[in-house]
Amino acid sequence: MYSEKVMDHFTNPRNVGEIENASGVGTVGNAKCGDIMRIYLDIDDDKIIRDVKFKTFGCGAAVATSSMATELVKGKTIHEALQITNKAVMEALDGLPPVKVHCSLLAEEAIHAALWDYAEKNGIVIEGLEKPKSDIHEGEEEEGENY
Amino acid sequence: MEKKIIYLDNAATTRTKPEVVEAMLPYFTEKFGNPSSVYEFAGQNKNAVTEAREVIAKALHTSAADIYFTAGGSESDNWALKAAMEAYQEKGNHLITSKIEHHAILHTCEYLEQHGCEVTYLDVDENGVVDLEQLKNAIRPTTVLISVMYANNEIGTVQPIKEIGRIAKEYGVLFHTDAVQAFGQLPIDVEEENIDMLSASGHKLNGPKGIGFLYIKKGLKLRSLIHGGAQERKRRAGTENVPGIVGFGKAAELAVSSMEARAKQETELRDYMIGRVLAEVPYVRLNGHRTKRLPNNANFSFQFIEGESLLIMLDMKGICASSGSACTSGSLDPSHVLLAIGLPHEVAHGSLRLTLSDETTKEDIDYTIEQIKEIVAKLRSMSPLYEDFMKRGIK
Repeated sequence: MYSEKVMDHFTNPRNVGEIENASGVGTVGNAKCGDIMRIYLDIDDDKIIRDVKFKTFGCGAAVATSSMATELVKGKTIHEALQITNKAVMEALDGLPPVKVHCSLLAEEAIHAALWDYAEKNGIVIEGLEKPKSDIHEGEEEEGENY
Repeated sequence: MEKKIIYLDNAATTRTKPEVVEAMLPYFTEKFGNPSSVYEFAGQNKNAVTEAREVIAKALHTSAADIYFTAGGSESDNWALKAAMEAYQEKGNHLITSKIEHHAILHTCEYLEQHGCEVTYLDVDENGVVDLEQLKNAIRPTTVLISVMYANNEIGTVQPIKEIGRIAKEYGVLFHTDAVQAFGQLPIDVEEENIDMLSASGHKLNGPKGIGFLYIKKGLKLRSLIHGGAQERKRRAGTENVPGIVGFGKAAELAVSSMEARAKQETELRDYMIGRVLAEVPYVRLNGHRTKRLPNNANFSFQFIEGESLLIMLDMKGICASSGSACTSGSLDPSHVLLAIGLPHEVAHGSLRLTLSDETTKEDIDYTIEQIKEIVAKLRSMSPLYEDFMKRGIK
């Protein structure tokens, strides 16, 4: 069902954990649907993501997309991180089964939510960053066409 | 090296017993004739079908004339509900079932609702048992049929079938039961339990896949679902699946003769497993009735984790199991059964069903429990729900 890369990131997830006093924390998804992702960012004065950690409640794909997303944003500037889409996460994992595409959207959303939290804490505006939805599954059907 | 498989998903399907395969084999290459043909070569196949029918009838305490072979449990359920509602439409259009039925029943009910029927879905209590008072109150003058499963496929709860049968008889309503999980596992007496129709499937009791039957009590006016030839006393067309029927007959014979000993063995092992899991894993609950459950079924919910992750990690350790999580069903909602017994969504997502067979050993169970403990701890260490829970707890 899953690619080797998905299985690798699921069984040996990178960057699992928490960051105390993180620069930004984002939690998205809901337990009702079975996926919750939380991403912690440690961002330095040059707006570079020095460290990133995650915690995820969800299926194999949810864990793997969280893990891959943290790898993709680590060491990047916040503007570079903002450019990382769910597609990029999926491609980096050699694809996901169609029913699991929403997991990659959740990963993108979690990064955005953490960046939003960072921006709010620091009173800055990150160009191109929109306020994250509290529930990724809202409006999912409209987004379905983009898959 | 082939890794050892610990198969704990016997509610999904079972190993076809070697004796069953052996009984079936001659009916592929040697005795391949069509039972409807007139020559003697084919006639022996008719006898084989008759013998299997008699074995199954005996297991239900009824006569062979009331057993109709089908392609499986789903067909039997479809046939029972659709044909009964059609045949008795002069009486009414109302059907009563439960919220925890298999989809073969629930989706057939939805279909019937789209075609003018009214359906009442009975609640179940926290153990998954239907409420008999609610059942009585739901019966209307237009109620044609009550369909309540014998035992639940997910949580293993066994329903008060005899009481439901008595109520159905008292009110003059037909009673169908989906016994796909129960046939061959629990003693069934259709006369004593006032069952008018009963569905079962071969592959749940070490028989082959693609064969089932519907028991229809003598005198019911049910017509065909599958139209065509005159097979099954003109009630189910299609050339008989002779190897399947023979295999089903053999499997039923073996299941009935070993039932008592097997139930005892499996119940002991099941209770040992339930006891250990509840004692050794924190934040876990048993789903389904503690005692009124199938001998081989255990169903747990592990809080703060999601079932599919658990299944994949168990699979990597060679353990085959199943879950009621949404991710395993292809939808966003977790199991309707777990929701019906009152579990919150996030707890339903963390469910694990382990169903044993007579081949399951104590070593298998011990190994499985050790793996569960490790995997649950690992997944919790990654879970934001667990993190929040622990922080709340510490404060």
